[in-house]
Amino acid sequence: MAKAGEKSSSSWKKSLKRKAAAEEIQEAAGAGDGATESGVQPPKAAAFPPGFSISEIKNKQRRHLMFTRWKQQQRKEKLAAKKKLKKEREALGDKAPPKPVPKTIDNQRVYDETTVDPNDEEVAYDESTDEFASYFNKQTSPKILITTSDRPHGRTVRLCEQLSTVIPNSHVYYRRGLALKKIIPQCIAREFTDLIVINEDRKTPNGLILSHLPNGPTAHFKMSSVRLRKEIKRRGKDPTEHIPEIILNNFTTRLGHSIGRMFASLFPHNPQFIGRQVATFHNQRDYIFFRFHRYIFRSEKKVGIQELGPRFTIKLRSLQKGTFDSKYGEYEWVHKVCAYCFKKLIFKVWDKRVGGERASGIANGCWA
Amino acid sequence: MATAAARWNHVWVGTETGILKGVNLQRKQAANFTAGGQPRREEAVSALCWGTGGETQILVGCADRTVKHFSTEDGIFQGQRHCPGGEGIFRGLAQTDGTLITCVDSGILRVWCDNDKNTSSDPLLELRVGPGVCRMRQDPAHPHVVATGGKENALKMWDLQGSEEPVFRAKNVRNDWLDLRVPIWDQDIQFLPGSQKLVTCTGYHQVRVYDPASPQRRPVLETTYGEYPLTAMTLTPGGNSVIVGNTHGQLAEIDLRQGRLLGCLKGLAGSVRGLQCHPSKPLLASCGLDRVLRIHRIQNPRGLEHKVYLKSQLNCLLLSGRDNWEDEPQEPQEPSKVPLEDTETDELWASLEAAAKRKLSDLEQTQGALQTRRRKKKRPGSTSP
Repeated sequence: MAKAGEKSSSSWKKSLKRKAAAEEIQEAAGAGDGATESGVQPPKAAAFPPGFSISEIKNKQRRHLMFTRWKQQQRKEKLAAKKKLKKEREALGDKAPPKPVPKTIDNQRVYDETTVDPNDEEVAYDESTDEFASYFNKQTSPKILITTSDRPHGRTVRLCEQLSTVIPNSHVYYRRGLALKKIIPQCIAREFTDLIVINEDRKTPNGLILSHLPNGPTAHFKMSSVRLRKEIKRRGKDPTEHIPEIILNNFTTRLGHSIGRMFASLFPHNPQFIGRQVATFHNQRDYIFFRFHRYIFRSEKKVGIQELGPRFTIKLRSLQKGTFDSKYGEYEWVHKVCAYCFKKLIFKVWDKRVGGERASGIANGCWA
Repeated sequence: MATAAARWNHVWVGTETGILKGVNLQRKQAANFTAGGQPRREEAVSALCWGTGGETQILVGCADRTVKHFSTEDGIFQGQRHCPGGEGIFRGLAQTDGTLITCVDSGILRVWCDNDKNTSSDPLLELRVGPGVCRMRQDPAHPHVVATGGKENALKMWDLQGSEEPVFRAKNVRNDWLDLRVPIWDQDIQFLPGSQKLVTCTGYHQVRVYDPASPQRRPVLETTYGEYPLTAMTLTPGGNSVIVGNTHGQLAEIDLRQGRLLGCLKGLAGSVRGLQCHPSKPLLASCGLDRVLRIHRIQNPRGLEHKVYLKSQLNCLLLSGRDNWEDEPQEPQEPSKVPLEDTETDELWASLEAAAKRKLSDLEQTQGALQTRRRKKKRPGSTSP
C-alpha cells in the first residue's frame, strides 16, 4: 500500500504509472487472481465494480491518468474500426454500399416553395414586365451615383472610390447633408439609373442602400467584413477600365431573383472578356459575398485568379417597392426576427425566399 | 377541372399582373383565371367585389379602367365594361340594384347601369369627391350609402339617392401640441354594423371612429398603432374590434370600445394590401406584396392556419363568407353515387338522370336549385345501407 502510494506521488513516468494503476485496480478488485497478474500484464481487463465511472476518483492525478488512458483506448478502437471498414470496402470492391452522406446544415434544409422554376410562365411574365425590364431589354444602360451618409470618414470614402472603379459608369458625389428624397428627383432628371448610398457608423461602412431609379425597388443591406484594396493579401494590380463579367450564385428564390436582377442591372450588358475581370455576388445562407477578381485560364480546366478590388459581405434587411421612402414606402420584404419558430432548419434563402422570419441562422416554417 | 371547381374556392385574390386567382383551402389548390388567356400588367386588379346573386359573380376592377364580370360557377370571365372618366385606378367598386358604383383616384365617383342590355358609356350619376381618394366603401346595410376618404381628402359619407352634397363630412382633429395642423390620409374605411359609425385607418398610423349620428364631426375615438402607414383594415366577427395591417406586414387587432391593442398576428413580411375576416368564423385572410396569401385564426388560439404562395404580388382579396367550408367534397361524390344506388326506385332513378341531363344543357340557370333538389333526393337513398 505504502509502496503504491510512493509511486503514485512521484509518478511522471508512464510505465511506473501503469504499474501503479494496475496495482490499484487489482487492489480495488480484490486479490482474486493476484498471483498471475502482478503488474506485468497491460491493464486491459479492468475489473471495476459496475456503475463506476472515472469521474468518481477523488485524486486528480489518478483521475487524469485514468482518463488519458481511456481516451487513448477509444482512439485506438476508432482507428481499428476505420481500418476494418476500409478493408471491407476494398474487399467488396464494386458491391460496397455507398458511403453515407454527412449531415450538414445545408443538407437539412427544407425545400423552399418560392424557389423559382425556370419554366414558370407567371414568374417569367412578372420579371419581363417589372422595373428592370428596360435594362434587360437593353433599352437603358446603367449610370450609377455612389454617395455616402453625411460626413464620411476615410474608410468609407476610399470604399466609394474603389467601388467606382469596379462598377463602370459610376460617379461618386459627396453627400453634403442633402436629403435622399431631394437627391432622387435630381438623379432621375440627370438620367441616373441607380443610386448607391454607403452608410457609415463609427468610421466604418456598415450599410448599403441600393435604389433603382426611375421608380424601382430600394434594397437596404447590412454590410460587414469590408476589406479595402490594401488590406487584401496577394492581390493583383488595380482593375482596368474594362467592363467586368458578373457571376450571381444561388439567387434561386423569388426574392433572390429580384435582388439578383438588381445587382445585374448595375453593370453594363456587354462584358469585355479581354479585361478578364469578374465581379461575383455569391449568396450563401442569406449572406451575399462580393468579390472582384481577375482570372486567367492556364489550360482548359485550370484557372488562376487574383483578387483585385474591395471585398465585402452584405445581408438584405428590407426590399421596398418604389424609390427610397423608409417611412411611407411599401415594403415587399422586411427582415423580421421571429423567435418562436425553431423547429425546422429552413433558410430564408436565395437560397432565399420572399419574406421570412429567421432566428439567428435557423429560419422558420411560417414562410415567410 | 379548375373551372368546374371554381365555385368551391374559398378566397379570390387579384394580382398586379392581372390574374385573378381562386384558392381552395380544403384541397390546397390555387387556380389562375385571366380574361385574355395571358396575364397583362395593364389589367392589374385594383378592386374586387361580389356581384349580384350572392357569391356567384365577382366584379374585377382593372387598371385599364375596365370592370370585368367573372362567374364563379363557370370559372370564366363573362363580360366587361369600360368605365371612363377621371384619372387613376379604381379605389372602390360596389354594386347595388343592377347599378355599378366606381370611384377613381382623382375623385370621380360614378354610378353606372349594369344590365347586360344597357351598357352605355354614360353614367347615371356622377359625384366629385375630391382628389387623392384612397378608398371608397359601400355600407353593407344601406347599399346606396358610400363613404370616401383619401390623402388630404377627409372622410365623407354620401347618399347616392339623396343630394349631391355629402351626408356627413368629417372635420380634422385639433392642432397638435406644437399647434401644427395634423395631416389627413384616410387609407381604409369600414362601416360598423348595428350603428351608423365609421372606422378609418390612416397613413399616419391612426385608427379613428366617427359617428355621424352625434353632433361631433371630429372622431369619437382615436388610437395609434405602430410607426408605419396602415394600409388595410377589416372588422372582426364580434363587431367590437378591427384588424389593421401596415406597410411592414404587421397585423394588429384593436378593440374599438377602449381603443386598446388586443394582439398581433405574425407572419407577413411585406406590405399588407388586402384583409378580410370571415363573417362568422374567426378566420382572417391577408394578402400583400410578399406574394403569399395567409389565413390566420384570430382567437383560441391566435395563429397561422394556411399559407399559400401565389407567385405574383397580391393586390386585393375576397373571402367567401359561406359557412360550409368542409362540405364541398359532396359535389364530386354525387356522380359516383348515382350508379351505386340500386335500391332506388325506377322513378327516382329516372328523375335523377333527367336532372343530370338538365344540368349539362343549362349551365347558367337553376343550377343551385337542381343541386338542392338532388341533395334532397339523395338523403333517403344515402341512409339506406
